[in-house]
Parts: sequence; C-alpha cells; structure tokens
Amino acid sequence: MCVVCGCGEETLVEQDHDHEHGHAHTHAHGDVDHAHSHNLIEFGAGPAGVAVAGLSEARTIRIERDILSKNNIFAAANRARLCSTGTFALNIVSSPGSGKTSLLVRTITDLKERWPIAVIEGDQQTSRDAERIRATGAQAVQLNTGKGCHLDAHMVGHAIDQLSLAQGGLLFIENVGNLVCPAAFDLGEAHKVVVLSVTEGEDKPLKYPDMFAAADLMLLNKSDLLPHLEFDVAECIAAALRVNPRIQILTVSARTGEGMAALYAWIGAHAPREPCHV
Amino acid sequence: MHEVSLIENVIALVEDQRRTESFARVRVIRLQVGALGHAQPDCLRFCFDAVARGTIAEGATLEIDMIAGQGHCPACRRIVALEERLAACPLCANPEVHIIVGDELRLAELEVD
Repeated sequence: MCVVCGCGEETLVEQDHDHEHGHAHTHAHGDVDHAHSHNLIEFGAGPAGVAVAGLSEARTIRIERDILSKNNIFAAANRARLCSTGTFALNIVSSPGSGKTSLLVRTITDLKERWPIAVIEGDQQTSRDAERIRATGAQAVQLNTGKGCHLDAHMVGHAIDQLSLAQGGLLFIENVGNLVCPAAFDLGEAHKVVVLSVTEGEDKPLKYPDMFAAADLMLLNKSDLLPHLEFDVAECIAAALRVNPRIQILTVSARTGEGMAALYAWIGAHAPREPCHV
Repeated sequence: MHEVSLIENVIALVEDQRRTESFARVRVIRLQVGALGHAQPDCLRFCFDAVARGTIAEGATLEIDMIAGQGHCPACRRIVALEERLAACPLCANPEVHIIVGDELRLAELEVD
C-alpha cells in the first residue's frame, strides 16, 4: 500500500456505495484506476468523489493553496525515495517523434556496464516503448495515461513501486510526447531534459517556452540529418538561451552516436556519488 | 490540455477542505491564475463542468482572477508590467526581464454552504 496516497488493492475493490452506473471503481483521491501487474500501469479517467448531504451556513473559506500542491507532495516523496537509493532521475520531455526512446536505447546500451539503469515509459497507449527498452536488458515499467497528456508524480510513484532500484543507479522517466503539459508537473526528478530534433523548427523554444524554461539540459537530436536540412543550429541554440539563459545544450545523434559522449559526461558529472536525504 | 488535470487537482483540494470543514455545497470556486503561467483560463473554464460532474464541485461557479505579469529589469532596475513571458523591458527594451509576478496557479477561496 502506498504510504503517500494511501491507495492499494484493498481500496480498488472497496464498494461503499450503491451503483447502477458503469464507471470503474476509483480511489479516495478519485482520478485513477490501477492495474498493478506485468509492469504495465493503466491510468484512465474515472469520475471523482461523491456528493455528501448535510447543511451548513453559507460562508467563504480562504484556502490559498497552490493548485499543484498535491502533485508536489507526491513529487517530494518520490524525490526522497530516489535520494535514499542514490538514484539519479531524469525526466525526458519533448514533442512526439523527437527520438526520446532511441536516445534512451543508445544511452542504456552504452552505460549499462557503468550504472544500473531503470526506465519509466509514459505513453497514452501500448507497451511498445517499454518493450524496446527491455530489449536492452534494462528494467522498464510502462505507464499508460489513457487520455492523459502528461505524467504526474502520483503515477510515477506507483511506477517506482514496480522497480527494484539498485543503489546509485540511473532512472530515466520518458514523459508523454508533448511539449506543453509535462512542463507543469514535477515528478521528483533531479532534472528535466528536453529533447528537440533538428527536423523540428529552430524557433520551437520560443513557441513552447514553458518546457525550455523548466529544463536544465537540452539535447538537440538527429544531428546526422543536418546535411539534408536547412536547420540553423546557432539560431536554435540562441532561441533556447533566450528562454532559459541557464540551460545547457548538447547536439547529439542517437543513430550515429555523435555527441553522446558529452551526454554521458554530463550524467557522470551530475549523478550523486552516494545516497542523500531530503 | 493539462487544464483537465489542474481542475482535478482543484477538486481534490476542495475535497480535502470538506474533510476539515463540513459543507454540503460549493457555490463558487475562486482561482488566481498568473497571466504568464502555463494555464489557459479559457481551457480551465471549458473543462471545469465536465470534470466537476459527480463531484462536490458540481454546479459550482468557477471564477478566475487573472494576476497581471510583472518583472524586474536588471538593466534599468525598475519593476515593469509584462504582457508575456519573453517580453523585453517596456521602458528600456532590455530583452532579459526577470519575472516576479505572473506564474501563480492558486486555489484562493471557496464560497460554500
């Protein structure tokens, strides 16, 4: 049973109300269905909560809470768990088709002798990406968000439950392909890494600034295609730096391996040497 | 459309509140949304009714107070109004203004009975 959200199998089958409606049974927090097996977790949209009878005086209640405060509580719990095992977690974000999974396959193949590596794969549907990752020998959990356009920290907490994280390893969280929504949700990662491929426009950072503002590292992927494209690398880098003057940028090709050594050096420089406590 | 998730989070906070202060109905949910943030007020309103259906928030009115963006310009060292995240300083045209207000995304208050 999850100590943070209090959900577990027993609450899944809880039936404390009559129902003729056809919805799936949901948890107390109301928005997820869980199927905790075969390293595939399905999060669909279920109706939330129930109305309660009872009368009281009309009044105004001041709340002043951040709307994402619940997500942030889950994220903090994830971060504490990851710190306790000295796990270095990266939240990989991009639009669909930028090459996130190919980058991970290459990275795992090159680094698996050096670090234990686990992957959480986020997609709306299918386990295809997790299967590609497992083919490298790394353990992977597929998170299917259903209609959801991003991963949140609660989902990721349950995915971490499914992993046996070795001390001092790497955890890659491949977010749903979406350059907008995942920017808002802290998952408990050490860094967000945004992947932009050279088949997209140079001005993507200006058009989708939230994501580039939230990331600490940008990987400009598919560099092997540059000779065939009119893509201005300098202009793209300038656009990213305009949105986020602190962002670090590496040009890479997951296909040829160009620039990947610099990525591995970045990981080596940032990964913690020993467990920490937050 | 992460606004659907944001509204689900709002409703979860309302449910939290109901556990500590009993009320039967929510009349108004008032949010404060920064003009420079990632949430679109129109999208929040659009998905509110659908997400609220069957919850404690069903039938409530969603009111959104927009908070105008403000930044500090390190060049002219003044507080300036910002219309967008990447706007240059309107006073001295310096392109790098640090946002100080406008990223808010807050459940401010509820009117309940």
